[in-house]
Amino acid sequence: MFMGYSLGELGSIFAMQAFAGLILFSVFVLMSLGLAIIFGQMGVINMAHGEFMILGAYMTYLTSQAFQAFAPGLYGIYFFVAMVVAFCASGALGMLVEWSMIRFLYKRPLDTLLATWGLSLIMQQAFRSIFGAREVGVELPEWMMGSLAITDTIEVQINGLFVMGLTTLIAIAVYLLMFRSRWGLQVRAVVLNRPMAGAVGIDSERVDRFTFGLGCGIAGIAGSAFTMIGSTGPTAGQLYIVDTFLVVVFGGAASLAGTIASAFTISQAQSTMEFFMSGSMAKVLTLLVVVCILMVRPEGLFVLKVRR
Amino acid sequence: MNLGRRQILKGLAAMPVASAFGASAFFSSSAFAQAPATSAVNTTGLAVTDTEVTVGILHSVTGTMAISETGSVQAEKLAIDQINASGGVLGRKIKYVQEDGASDWPTFAEKAKKLLVQDKCASVFGCWTSASRKAVLPVFEQYNGMLYYPTFYEGLEQSKNVIYTGQEATQQIIAGLNWVVQNRGAQTFYLLGSDYIWPRTSNKIARKHIENFLNLKVVGEEYFPLGHTQFNSAINKIKLKKPDVIYAIIVGGSNVAFYKQLKAAGIDLSKQTLLTISVTEDEILGIGGENIAGALACMKYFQSLDNPNNKAFVEAFKKAYGPNMVIGDVTQAAYLGPWLWKLTVEKAGSFDIDKVAAASPGVAFDKAPEGYVRIHENHHLWSKTRVGKARPDGQFDVLYETAELVEPNPFPKGYQ
Repeated sequence: MFMGYSLGELGSIFAMQAFAGLILFSVFVLMSLGLAIIFGQMGVINMAHGEFMILGAYMTYLTSQAFQAFAPGLYGIYFFVAMVVAFCASGALGMLVEWSMIRFLYKRPLDTLLATWGLSLIMQQAFRSIFGAREVGVELPEWMMGSLAITDTIEVQINGLFVMGLTTLIAIAVYLLMFRSRWGLQVRAVVLNRPMAGAVGIDSERVDRFTFGLGCGIAGIAGSAFTMIGSTGPTAGQLYIVDTFLVVVFGGAASLAGTIASAFTISQAQSTMEFFMSGSMAKVLTLLVVVCILMVRPEGLFVLKVRR
Repeated sequence: MNLGRRQILKGLAAMPVASAFGASAFFSSSAFAQAPATSAVNTTGLAVTDTEVTVGILHSVTGTMAISETGSVQAEKLAIDQINASGGVLGRKIKYVQEDGASDWPTFAEKAKKLLVQDKCASVFGCWTSASRKAVLPVFEQYNGMLYYPTFYEGLEQSKNVIYTGQEATQQIIAGLNWVVQNRGAQTFYLLGSDYIWPRTSNKIARKHIENFLNLKVVGEEYFPLGHTQFNSAINKIKLKKPDVIYAIIVGGSNVAFYKQLKAAGIDLSKQTLLTISVTEDEILGIGGENIAGALACMKYFQSLDNPNNKAFVEAFKKAYGPNMVIGDVTQAAYLGPWLWKLTVEKAGSFDIDKVAAASPGVAFDKAPEGYVRIHENHHLWSKTRVGKARPDGQFDVLYETAELVEPNPFPKGYQ
């Protein structure tokens, strides 16, 4: 496979390949953070996670249309506004869903699976009715397209860099929120012992609502970012849901650090294997490895130690 | 099985009566000369009355495939409306029953049975994916129905009960490959596809043609699961192999991801030749014209075709469904279905499935938006193949069209 290439060429291909792995890592982290928060902190399996992402993507589409119509001069920065809009829309819908549906099901975790799956079908059909069955094209501002040439042969994608930067920012923000803020302390208290948390005066219902909203909001930002690299259609959320669950389950459901570690492992394995074999085979092998590791360590890579 | 036998018996019993009736009607009344008696044109109990004939439309309007199949439904309804406005079929107005396949193949089979057994449709326009067609095929053969199938597909199939109004693989593939070799001096090819039957069969035909008939080289071939969204590794591999032509048969949401990432990775489609058979104007809506401008597509129809038939068709379509509609290859092929059926019924002088199937070969439609088409003995269409170059506005510039109609060859020798 490498016959007839100079060392320099090979070097730059490997550099670009490493970069491709990092982009995939960022994408995985971005899409699974929201799910990990909801699943890990609340024990709710949110099957509609992909649809919350697509809601974010549609918000991005609407924002870009609005900017084109009313403020074409500011089109270059619409994406930042779009991400805020996407976060607010998905987060608000998430809180509404928690209030109207999820909170009645905390004692029946398997029913949340069914309920959120139903929700995902409702959301898909709603997207189809509102935005049409066809995919919509989200146009990027000029500066976000194309690639930076670092050397003559090494090129890195600008939108890849953007996703990496965004992921880092959000990961740091989530860390600060969960482990350095008063609100995060309350969330962790509720996870560890709900009755005790209630006894010391934490409004656990409010905490639940905001946690669910935060998870959905991050999904919205992820969906907004993915308009750069993927499609925006009523059922596009389904494309991400399998990988998302894979990352969260493999990482150990209750641990955010585990999610990041697992995203790193899976993305590196997949992008390396994809380079040496066809896309389908790489996927099969990745899944096989994950299944084997989960057989040895059913609780995932990282386990949160809880006294039961 | 039981039902089948009963229907045959009923048919036999009805036959002498029908012919007697037909004869008397012919002699007694000249007012019906334009609309022949129902008993004469419908001897097998289809839903045909003196004024109406019922047909079925069977596509997914919900689920994953709704994105693609909506255009076909619109085109078929437009054709039916136009036929009705111009006097109908054998003097009868076409009435349609629409069923939703819901992107689910068993549902397609179930609804096909309903359309044939309960509604007794004289013909059905429908299906999009090969999987849905394979699911309904036994139903159409068992209950003797007529299906007009619009999508370009992998070939390797032929049925008395199906008319394939899209191209089969060799029609679509060979002309395009020949063109890039002659006009872009292509020597090496990199084949990509989504991992299911159509891309795999098509790439197999492409590979045979490249290696055995053109004596050129395939430097890579690979497949991705449906719904795959990360192509950076594949793109790096392409950069390493430096093929003259990227030959891409990627479908659905993956398509959007692939072209966006190709563009982001700095592959300029005005310099790198990319030939696809899976991107029509419909797909470009989702991909975004700026991401795919410069790519070549090989199929039989582009919305920008410059001929009077097509201009009238595009105008009527936009008038019916809104000025922002785009029309892809399959939408046009779906539009042909009702027209070809009307012409065949009029040639056969009967709605009977067997007579329509037998009369189909040789039926020609010269008002087709793509230009003149004709049904082959193998129930596929003779049609021209064209190469178009994607423009940033989502339309194609037609660079080339074959001089002659290309013969459909669903079982190509030397390509399997």
